[in-house]
Formats: sequence, structure tokens, C-alpha cells
Amino acid sequence: MRVSIAAFAGVRELLAECPAVLDLPDGATVADAWKALEARQPALVPLAASTRLARNGQLVSRGETLGHGDELALLPPVGGG
Amino acid sequence: MLAIVREPIDPARLDAALRDDVFGAIVTFLGIVRSRADDGRSVWALEYEAHEFMATAEFEKIASEAYQRFPDVRLTIVHRIGRLDVGEIAVAVLAGSPHRGAAFDACEYAIDEVKSRAPIWKKELYADGEERWKTNACGPHERAG
Repeated sequence: MRVSIAAFAGVRELLAECPAVLDLPDGATVADAWKALEARQPALVPLAASTRLARNGQLVSRGETLGHGDELALLPPVGGG
Repeated sequence: MLAIVREPIDPARLDAALRDDVFGAIVTFLGIVRSRADDGRSVWALEYEAHEFMATAEFEKIASEAYQRFPDVRLTIVHRIGRLDVGEIAVAVLAGSPHRGAAFDACEYAIDEVKSRAPIWKKELYADGEERWKTNACGPHERAG
């Protein structure tokens, strides 16, 4: 299955050279997707704890299962205002 | 109005849109790009980005919470994204209410929650050519600025 990646701020910049989609085995979880992203960009490893993840606009835990066509958003600590 | 926008924010238009005959008070907060970072470095511009769908949904939640806490208050929350120069308005929060107390409280509640919760990011662009993503380190009840 294919998941699209929406990354923001510093995480977006770290992934700038990477494709914006991830191909994952069926039944893959949010944690699996993050691990695949870490493999592409090891600089993400220290950001694992501070980056929140959202599936189709809803914050999710890492154990959540992804589906084909989902958007996985990578949300570093915010800085609005 | 609860929105992420790309064009300059016009507070007079937001004020006019919020007016209601039952409101005796409208409190307006404007967050403005300033020329000095917290560490004193000279800033020439900020770059904002957002997860627009999630940010707008968060504004809706904040407005709904404010309505629970401060009855009869109505909020406008507009945040601009893109590159903003010093002096430009990055965010506007307006709270309309029959009385000023609730309007002040709701406006402060809303901007604190926007800063701590909304998926919006800003990069400081410094005069010396460096740049850095800036995180809102403070909790909602510590107001650095």
C-alpha cells in the first residue's frame, strides 16, 4: 500500500530530497512508517519523541494501522503566533 | 471567521465582520512580526507554514471551548502563512461579547491555545543570513510574547 507523507518545518526540510510517498506492506502501522522514514533520513531518529503524527488530519498513536491512500503528517513542536 | 490565510490580515475587516448588536465589547489581539528575536538577534522576516486542515480544525475546537468557558463570546481567529516582513500581522484573535471581562478572557485563552496547540510553524530569518525554526517553548499560561 502507498501512504503520502506531509512533513512540516524542520522535518520537512530533512525529508526534502526524499519522495513524498511511502510504500509499505499491508497492515503496516504508524510506527512502521516512521521507521521507514528514519531509514531514509537518519537525522529523524532523535526527533522521534518530539514529532507528533497524524493520519488523515487526526493525531494517532504509533500502534495505529495505516491504510492505502492515507496521509501521514509529521508534526514537529509548533511555533505559531 | 476561523481561517489560515496567505494574504495580509486587515483587522478593520475582521472587526466589521464580527460586529453584532448584542456585543458591547470586542477585544482584538494582533501578533506582529518584530525585529528582534528573544535572544536579541536581528530578524528581517518570518516564514510561517501550517497543516491547514488541522490548524483550522484546531481553531474550531478552541472557539468551541471558549464558548463553553465564556458564554456568549464569539471568536475570530485568523493566522497568516508565507513570508512576513517585520511589522506585518501574523495572527489576529478577536473576541466579541456583551461585556468586556469575558471578551478579554476569551481572547487571551484563544491566543494562548493557538500558540501551544495549532499545527503552525515559524522560521526566523536573521539579518546575518542564518535561519532557525522557532518553537513555542512556553506553556499556555506563561506568556513570553
